[in-house]
Amino acid sequence: MTTITIELNGASHAVGQGKTLHDLIASLDLLGKRVAVAINREVVASPRWQKRVLRPADRVEIVVAIGGG
Amino acid sequence: MNLNDTPTEGPDADAAGAASAGLTIAGKTYASRLLVGTGKYRDFDETRAAVDASGTEIVTVTIRRVNIGQHANEPSLLDAVPPSQFTILPNTGGCYNAKEAVYTLQLARELLDGHPLCKLEVLGDEKTLFPNMPETLKAAGALVKDGFDVMVYCSDDPIQARILEDIGCVAVMPLASLIGSGMGILNPWNLSLIIEQARVPVIVDAGVGTASDAAIAMELGCDGVLMNTAIAGAREPIRMARAMRLAVAAGREAYLAGRIPRRFAASPSSPMAGRIA
Repeated sequence: MTTITIELNGASHAVGQGKTLHDLIASLDLLGKRVAVAINREVVASPRWQKRVLRPADRVEIVVAIGGG
Repeated sequence: MNLNDTPTEGPDADAAGAASAGLTIAGKTYASRLLVGTGKYRDFDETRAAVDASGTEIVTVTIRRVNIGQHANEPSLLDAVPPSQFTILPNTGGCYNAKEAVYTLQLARELLDGHPLCKLEVLGDEKTLFPNMPETLKAAGALVKDGFDVMVYCSDDPIQARILEDIGCVAVMPLASLIGSGMGILNPWNLSLIIEQARVPVIVDAGVGTASDAAIAMELGCDGVLMNTAIAGAREPIRMARAMRLAVAAGREAYLAGRIPRRFAASPSSPMAGRIA
């Protein structure tokens, strides 16, 4: 399988060509978790994850809520 | 204001009525005037126990990258303090410019199903964690325009507070002293100036060290107090959370009751008339 390299939370990450954002989230076991995602600093709402095909050098950010003041 | 050292008339009747009804932020009314952070606790059980003991209805959280490869079934903060039970106030802790802060809150809004309430804090430097006000104003403007209900951490400068209000922030949150310092209410006079003019809730954010600090903030006429380290860093956080709940309530009651003036003269509490011999 051909892979492409994206940036995931600041580190490089290989994904299969043609994979979607939804595929990536699933591969990380994060489906159904309370996370938010942005690509290239644009928020991608969860209903759009299936349609968004990952492209080389996409900068993907996946965030959660943690303790803070 | 009790700082004037005159018997206060207390807040006017309308304000008092609204006060006893609770704290209203962006159209929602809360019985508790204490807002608490969720940082620095030992674990989520302790976080939840402290939140419960504080009686708060609004808890702050921060937004961070997921640890990739971390066990996905680890407990999460929002399981311990679920949005179904609390108003979650995402902050921009760690942001040093407007761009980072706006981006962080856009992610937070997505994370919280479109919930627009947020706490904006744009920090100036790591030594003081003082707000960078030019960047704060820039971010506040962008967020309000984008439909956020912005509660804003700011300097205790009445002019900055007024500008933030004019921009459309739903609460102004001046620091009482440096974040996490526990130094208490260092400039009650500035806070009073802000409170006097404000048309939105004024919430002391940062600096509270112990219960008396929270009570002083409320006696000045603040609408609420936001704290994290004072509770989480106490030797017994859950007991301190309870102390803060009582202090905020006591301070509010004292504010509404109207304190006696300070004067450097004694005044007997017992009548002089009818003394024996």
